[in-house]
Amino acid sequence: MSPRHRQAVLLLAPAALLLVVLVGGSQALMLAASLGRRSAYGGVTHDWGLQNYLRALEPLYVRVLARSVGLAAATTIACLVVGYPVAYWLARRAPPTMRRALLVLVILPFWTSFLVRMYAWMFLLRTEGLVNLALGAIGLPALSLLYNPTAVLLGQVYGELPFIILPLYASLEKLDPELLDAAADLGAAPGQVLRRVVLPLTWPGIVAGSILVFIPSLGAYLAPDLLGGARYVYVGSLIQSQFAVARDIPFGAALSFALSAGVLLALWLLRRPLRAGAGESA
Amino acid sequence: MGRGAVSLRGVSKSFGTVAAVRDVSLEVAPGEFLTLLGPSGCGKTTLLRMIAGLESPESGRILLSERDVTDDPPHRRPVNTVFQHYALFPHRTVAGNVAFGLEMAGRARADIVPRVERALEMVRLSGMGSRRVDQLSGGQRQRVALARAVVLEPEVLLLDEPMSALDRKLREEMRAEVKSLHRRLGTTFVFVTHDQEEALALSDRVVVMNDGLIEQMGSPPEIYDVPRTRFVAEFLAVRNILPGDVQSADGGAAVVRTENGLMLRSRAAGFVAGERVWVGVRPERMGFDGAGENRVAGVLEDRLFLGDRSEWRVRAGADLLTVSEPGTSTGRQAGDGVTVTFEAAALLRLVEPALRPPRP
Repeated sequence: MSPRHRQAVLLLAPAALLLVVLVGGSQALMLAASLGRRSAYGGVTHDWGLQNYLRALEPLYVRVLARSVGLAAATTIACLVVGYPVAYWLARRAPPTMRRALLVLVILPFWTSFLVRMYAWMFLLRTEGLVNLALGAIGLPALSLLYNPTAVLLGQVYGELPFIILPLYASLEKLDPELLDAAADLGAAPGQVLRRVVLPLTWPGIVAGSILVFIPSLGAYLAPDLLGGARYVYVGSLIQSQFAVARDIPFGAALSFALSAGVLLALWLLRRPLRAGAGESA
Repeated sequence: MGRGAVSLRGVSKSFGTVAAVRDVSLEVAPGEFLTLLGPSGCGKTTLLRMIAGLESPESGRILLSERDVTDDPPHRRPVNTVFQHYALFPHRTVAGNVAFGLEMAGRARADIVPRVERALEMVRLSGMGSRRVDQLSGGQRQRVALARAVVLEPEVLLLDEPMSALDRKLREEMRAEVKSLHRRLGTTFVFVTHDQEEALALSDRVVVMNDGLIEQMGSPPEIYDVPRTRFVAEFLAVRNILPGDVQSADGGAAVVRTENGLMLRSRAAGFVAGERVWVGVRPERMGFDGAGENRVAGVLEDRLFLGDRSEWRVRAGADLLTVSEPGTSTGRQAGDGVTVTFEAAALLRLVEPALRPPRP
């Protein structure tokens, strides 16, 4: 083994070991459990079969999955629409001396637990919450803001926004300003500069940020439970309830494994457009 | 009429508290090759970017082809720019880069393809259209940048130090190419450079800028032979510049006594008896023990061998002169006593520019 190889092994071994054990191992456990049956006391009996996967295909659960994909897609799009201008401003317009401080502000919410922040949103949105107090003070009727899909989306977008701003910032910061000058000089109006130069060149950041937002949103359960009042079931809360409430470990494992496998498959199928989106070559 | 004329009228621009361009007025004739020459920070690039519309002036007007474009955004101006670092779009092929402006103009595909081909042919890149730009050498990128700018047939082509990133050999090749492109297109070229050789070789007219102001403008021989200010002389390699007082001046013959006591004769116009001036002589106008009204005794200090000539540093009292000696061999060595000689006609009268507007 050459010194270069030895160095690579030493540097990568801890992470590789951790990932193999924690990701590979847990997925193997999930797969094994998902093929079994629920025992009377909430354990797993080992008579193998695909019954749990067949059950997951029942219309009831497909609707849950569709709702989750819808939430994840809406969260991703809303985060892109809200986050891209912020990242653009931070990377290209903000005074350079303030950039670092502003970036810290973007990740400041991470200093508090997501659970606590969800409770904070409940205090803001509930019927006698701050928003409705303010509305009442100026003589407007109270609104029903909490326990609906909009509140879930709001909480999700709020929680995921930093994850999309950071990769977008990284790709926008690398964008050479002379390219924008060149596009304008060659007759591109501001909208065309954005569409034909800025977006294609920041495509890697858009993809990275979208994946970082979409996947956690797919399995979200805190925002659906707390802000949605568990009135609408999403995949994340469904899986959580199979393990914690219904004590049906095999079905929960099947849902969980199918979701992970589905996400990986989707990423693999979309690998070309995700990677080559920037290659708008004429 | 007037297509390709550029007219700058009292244009000013500052960045924060730094005045980059100060009340500059300049007329560029249609089809002219005009060079803005000066050190970095003299305002030449800012002036070019204002013509392109990439910066807006704080005061003054800019006219292109006799039309006021001061308030037009860059994408509506009939000019195109070759940028210092080429600014090629990395997500497009060579042909995709050249086609960009035509696409923005909404040209039909059938119209774009032959135009792109012709533009690539013009810069000798036929058949390279499908290459990615990161597969190109520096010189090839430069050519793509040129093709991309000229394919739109701009009324004025702006070039912002386009050769500064190339090595010397390539730079000389590109120089010839730019000159031939100008001849073939007949378009007005406004060229920015800090390289005096490049400016002299290419231009119909050179504008020397310093500190946001035009210091002197004229044809390359005028600028080279008769630099009027100390700054222009220094920038154009007049190496021997000395301060002095005019002892006498009448009818095209003046005597100047330098600060360190040399008495020098000049035929330059404009001397006034009693004034403080700077005088300058180019190293190549000086010789050793030759003819000439001006004779200065000195001692050789050291020699820089430059191939076709040598440059001697000569100690003459408190002054250090630079004298160029043609040829590869020399019979002299450091320590030799010499007489530096030059014609009165070689002694330039240089002034500090008077009447500078006060810095804001």
